[in-house]
Amino acid sequence: MAAPMLRRVGLGRLWGFAWVDGGSGHRRGSPNGSTSSRRREQSSVAQQPLHTAQKPRKGGHKWAAVVGLEIHAQISSNSKLFSGSQVSFMAPPNSLVSFFDASLPGTLPVLNRRCVEAAVMTGLALNCHINKKSLFDRKHYFYSDLPAGYQITQQRLPIAANGSLTYGVFMGNKQSRMATKTVRIRQIQLEQDSGKSLHDDLRSQTLIDLNRAGVGLLEVVLEPDLCCGEEAAAVIKELQLILQALGTSQANMAEGQLRVDANISVHHPGEPLGVRTEVKNLNSIRFLAKAIDHEIQRQINELESGGEILNETRSFDCKLGCTVPMRDKEGKQDYRFMPEPNLPPLVLYDSASLPAGTESQQVINIDQIRDALPELPSATRERLVRRYGMLPEHSFTLLNEVGLLQFFQNVMKETRAEPKKVTSWVLNTLLGYLKHHNLAVSESPVTSSALAELLDLLDSKAISSAAAKQVFEELWKGEAKSAAQVVSEKQLELMQDREALEQLCQSTMEGHPQVVTDMKSGNPRAINKLIGLVRKATLNRADPAEIKDILERLSS
Amino acid sequence: MSARALWLAFRSGLGGRQAFSTKVNLQGSGRITVEVIEHLERLALVDFGSREAVARLEKAIAFADRLREVDTDGVEPMESVLEDRCLYLRSDNVAEGNCAEELLQNSRQVVEEYFVAPPGNISLPKLGEQESFQHS
Repeated sequence: MAAPMLRRVGLGRLWGFAWVDGGSGHRRGSPNGSTSSRRREQSSVAQQPLHTAQKPRKGGHKWAAVVGLEIHAQISSNSKLFSGSQVSFMAPPNSLVSFFDASLPGTLPVLNRRCVEAAVMTGLALNCHINKKSLFDRKHYFYSDLPAGYQITQQRLPIAANGSLTYGVFMGNKQSRMATKTVRIRQIQLEQDSGKSLHDDLRSQTLIDLNRAGVGLLEVVLEPDLCCGEEAAAVIKELQLILQALGTSQANMAEGQLRVDANISVHHPGEPLGVRTEVKNLNSIRFLAKAIDHEIQRQINELESGGEILNETRSFDCKLGCTVPMRDKEGKQDYRFMPEPNLPPLVLYDSASLPAGTESQQVINIDQIRDALPELPSATRERLVRRYGMLPEHSFTLLNEVGLLQFFQNVMKETRAEPKKVTSWVLNTLLGYLKHHNLAVSESPVTSSALAELLDLLDSKAISSAAAKQVFEELWKGEAKSAAQVVSEKQLELMQDREALEQLCQSTMEGHPQVVTDMKSGNPRAINKLIGLVRKATLNRADPAEIKDILERLSS
Repeated sequence: MSARALWLAFRSGLGGRQAFSTKVNLQGSGRITVEVIEHLERLALVDFGSREAVARLEKAIAFADRLREVDTDGVEPMESVLEDRCLYLRSDNVAEGNCAEELLQNSRQVVEEYFVAPPGNISLPKLGEQESFQHS
């Protein structure tokens, strides 16, 4: 009886807890011991006395924040990094576990070619140098969802390094000007994911599901080039689009396929960097920006009131909207990195170094992967701007909403309307309705064909744009009517009868002699008022330009 | 005095390969302090339990120290004995899994298809009050 209950509770909590112990091996402290990260750590520790010795000086100096991100992206593959068990998000507990994933004695890792290719693709797309030789290491820590007691990662020599990611960020409050910025990528490494723990506090026990244990991860480490939550959010959005365009990760944050940790410190410009904290538990782009900005402000407040920043791990509480320290039980974690003895170095080739007579399944050619790279989001946006004369910020919006670009392109294929008109209708009207009703593009009751037909009617001046809005509203109700049907049912066609329109204009002028006098004395607002009145009388079915024409003629 | 040195050496020694050189001056010192044992127990969630176990660990360290008698000057360290072998690449096919029942047989305690572990990485209790951890 109680068992099915627990299952439901367990699954429900899985969402909540996926984040608490989300990353593999990055629960505590820095997950990678790369030299530069060590350097950063040392310098931050060395600077500690500087800040603590400082007197609070309110408003004296400006503060600058330094933000670095570490991203874990689950590789989209059929099977795990080192075993042949399936990768799938929702499956019965421990059903996707091989003997290797459960760390049974005598099992050995066998590298998945797909994961290596995904890492190379991602590295190339992020302008990285691909290391023709990379190495696997063991990183040790003890946690019940890591049965081996170590994670296989690439600490000493990762598969890709020294890249960059260009992203767009809106300037100022108005979402009208985009600035292009670049963040450096320190490295990309292949590593294993851990299992998941469900904590049952009531019975004081932890339930372990190893389905995720051993899934391939790309750990992307960025240099601390960012300065606020908005920039970090823009970087993660761009990275997400790139991974999705490449198909190397589904990068769905809600399902834990993309997990972000942020390293944050503040300092006075011109002075050494401050002590940094690490914020985890960032499970949406919105929370990521909020958490970073909150943590920056917390550090500034702390320092200005004479406190000090501890080199600690904090987690973002999305209910409270602030970061709270995570209980760090052991203090500094000691990962005892060592070379993975069961995996020889990973060697990649390019067309020049391709060995003759080797089985092609065993050879990965970097040049071949580079040639096969799909169009990346930045190129797609450039194409949109070039082809449709679209504003860059519009191209960003089209790509940022899942499925919106496809919708736009489908409408473009079927309509004669100008690209600018289509862009405006898709980005303002359609997206506005979708956002208002909290729907995804795929859930839109108005199909791309229906919108294309509507825009054709508008384009051929069969209806006014006000009537078009009305038609759209009708189409939104999803009653399976075509735009033309709605137009004829609601009698929304533009009045083609010039005589009837002239009569309406005449009677409107007679009904409002004061406005006519104003118009004749040159008040430019008067004619607009008359136009409005006539349009109202026609039930929005007349072309305002035509009304204006008639009014001017009648009053002259 | 040597206890502190050992403690530091141990900590850095655990830190990675680059620390090997600092361990050289460890030679001959076989003894381990209570603090080191406690730290290891916490890291590894292992209970050394008895004086014999500690003595065994001390013997193991003394044994490993004999490696330092080998002269490795001018010898490039190997990555692995397999370093000149090809790393075999597997096709991305699902070929394993669906053996939860078998795997769960290894677990002392099971809830549905989950393994059951002690709650989180709880700190080991201070020496002397370990019963509460082991039986909870």
